[in-house]
Amino acid sequence: MENRGIQEIQEEIVDEFALFDDWMQRYEYMIELGKSLPQIAPEFKTDDHLIKGCQSKVWVHAHLDEDKLVFTADSEAIITKGIIAILIRAFSNHKPSEILEAETDFIDEIGLKEHLSPTRANGLVSMIKQLKLYAVAYQAQAESGA
Amino acid sequence: MKEVLLDIEQIRKDFPILHRKVNGQPLVYLDNAATSQTPQQVIDAITDYYSRYNANIHRGVHSLSQEATDAYEQARRKIQGHFNAAHPEEIIFTSGTTHAINLVAQGFTTFLSPGDEIWVSALEHHSNIVPWQMLCERSGAKLRVIPMNENGELELDVFKSNVGPQTKLVFVNHVSNALGTINPIEAIIETAHAVGAAVLVDGAQAAPHIVADFQALDVDFYTVSAHKMCGPTGVGVLYGKKDWLEKLPPYQGGGEMIATVSFEETTYAGLPHKFEAGTPNICGGIAFGAALDYLHGIGMQAIQEYEEELLQYATEKLLAIPGLKIYGEAPEKTSVISFNLEGIHPYDVGTLLDQMGIAVRTGHHCAQPIMDFYKIPGTVRASFCFYNTQEEVDRLTAGIDKARQMLS
Ligand SMILES: Cc1ncc(COP(=O)(O)O)c(C=O)c1O
Repeated sequence: MENRGIQEIQEEIVDEFALFDDWMQRYEYMIELGKSLPQIAPEFKTDDHLIKGCQSKVWVHAHLDEDKLVFTADSEAIITKGIIAILIRAFSNHKPSEILEAETDFIDEIGLKEHLSPTRANGLVSMIKQLKLYAVAYQAQAESGA
Repeated sequence: MKEVLLDIEQIRKDFPILHRKVNGQPLVYLDNAATSQTPQQVIDAITDYYSRYNANIHRGVHSLSQEATDAYEQARRKIQGHFNAAHPEEIIFTSGTTHAINLVAQGFTTFLSPGDEIWVSALEHHSNIVPWQMLCERSGAKLRVIPMNENGELELDVFKSNVGPQTKLVFVNHVSNALGTINPIEAIIETAHAVGAAVLVDGAQAAPHIVADFQALDVDFYTVSAHKMCGPTGVGVLYGKKDWLEKLPPYQGGGEMIATVSFEETTYAGLPHKFEAGTPNICGGIAFGAALDYLHGIGMQAIQEYEEELLQYATEKLLAIPGLKIYGEAPEKTSVISFNLEGIHPYDVGTLLDQMGIAVRTGHHCAQPIMDFYKIPGTVRASFCFYNTQEEVDRLTAGIDKARQMLS
């Protein structure tokens, strides 16, 4: 199966979150993840890479490593960074086609649904869209180059 | 602290929403500057309208229409009385402050020419700056800004020394939504009137706390939104002096606002109908009246004193939290505290408080120019209403401290 990799990682994340019994542990873990997020290279932290969420800025960059797409990102808000770290763990280092097919339901399952609500002005919904757009662009490039 | 003047326990019983839980915890609602909660008395007025006398107004000969018209016009008079306007027809029902501001901005197009100046304050809601920018584009007038200082107060010197015959209109909010500063509108009105300029005051944030006396202020236009004063959403008021409203051209064309129509010519209805095209928010207007009745039942003076005490209590408590900085420290302010924790993004604080059942606003509060002034991405804003308690302030304080520990 094409996108088994992503799904497996997502299941692993869901299992990890299942160990927490309250919101505080969940958020403490996300804050830890946020702090450990490998930051986007400073030259990419520009307006070109900015996703405009109303409240906290989110920057995303993508580059191709062989046939896999690698994402780096950053945000001003640490909880947003934690969620970005989770998304990157799930989506980075996969082929564009796999990224395009991947679902994002696991965010629901780990109790962070509210952060991905389209009405939440934190830039994360646009961030997922952006990850997929990068995948579309690189896939188109790969196809035309092949 | 002084003795509490209001029976808050009793008052809280009037607000069903205050008894729900959010994220498993009893709700602490501290986003009152965005929208206040609705007492049962206002909910009942809404239910009563739809259950007993829902009908279109000013049109029917039948009894229901007459009852609805009477109730709607009675609400207008309650608003007139509350703000001491000289005439009921100076009270124009709108969908809220935004609508009211646009109505005036649109109408002023014909009064301005290139070289004229409009002043706005640096403390404005940014969506409210846009209508004036648009007006300047249409008319060739120039937009000028009354600057603010570090305390979040307006600096009137620049304004006073630069107004003149070219000054046509001044727009300022009575209270800043982002910082809670009460602006010196009396001095602004006096300065503007001395050079013949009109003044529009955005009272959206002031009206829940302070009763403006329109005649004593001699203000030309004033706006209010019902949803910030225990009324329903989608209804508000534009007050305008009769002379001004008569001069101002209509904003929208439609039913209610016309006297006679033929394909050659339409004559407009008199005030207030000239500005109330189409079927209005009848129920909303009536419920706004009920909200004023409710506030008067408690007493605006008592509300103001209680909120001042609560603000003082909350300010002391919050300042004791390490690394907490309050933005907007004008001596004259309403019960709003805008703050940040050092090195922590407001979004993170708001997110964790929400998990604890505490509703605050985070972000730039539609006042980007103020955030730019302080060079911050935004703030956390806790805004208090008369139904909030010291215990809730304590929960907020504990919540912020918890968030601080988790985030640093
Ligand atoms: C100072 C100020 N002006 C205007 C508005 C807009 O009011 P409304 O959305 O009711 O039109 C608000 C509300 O957020 C406000 O705080």
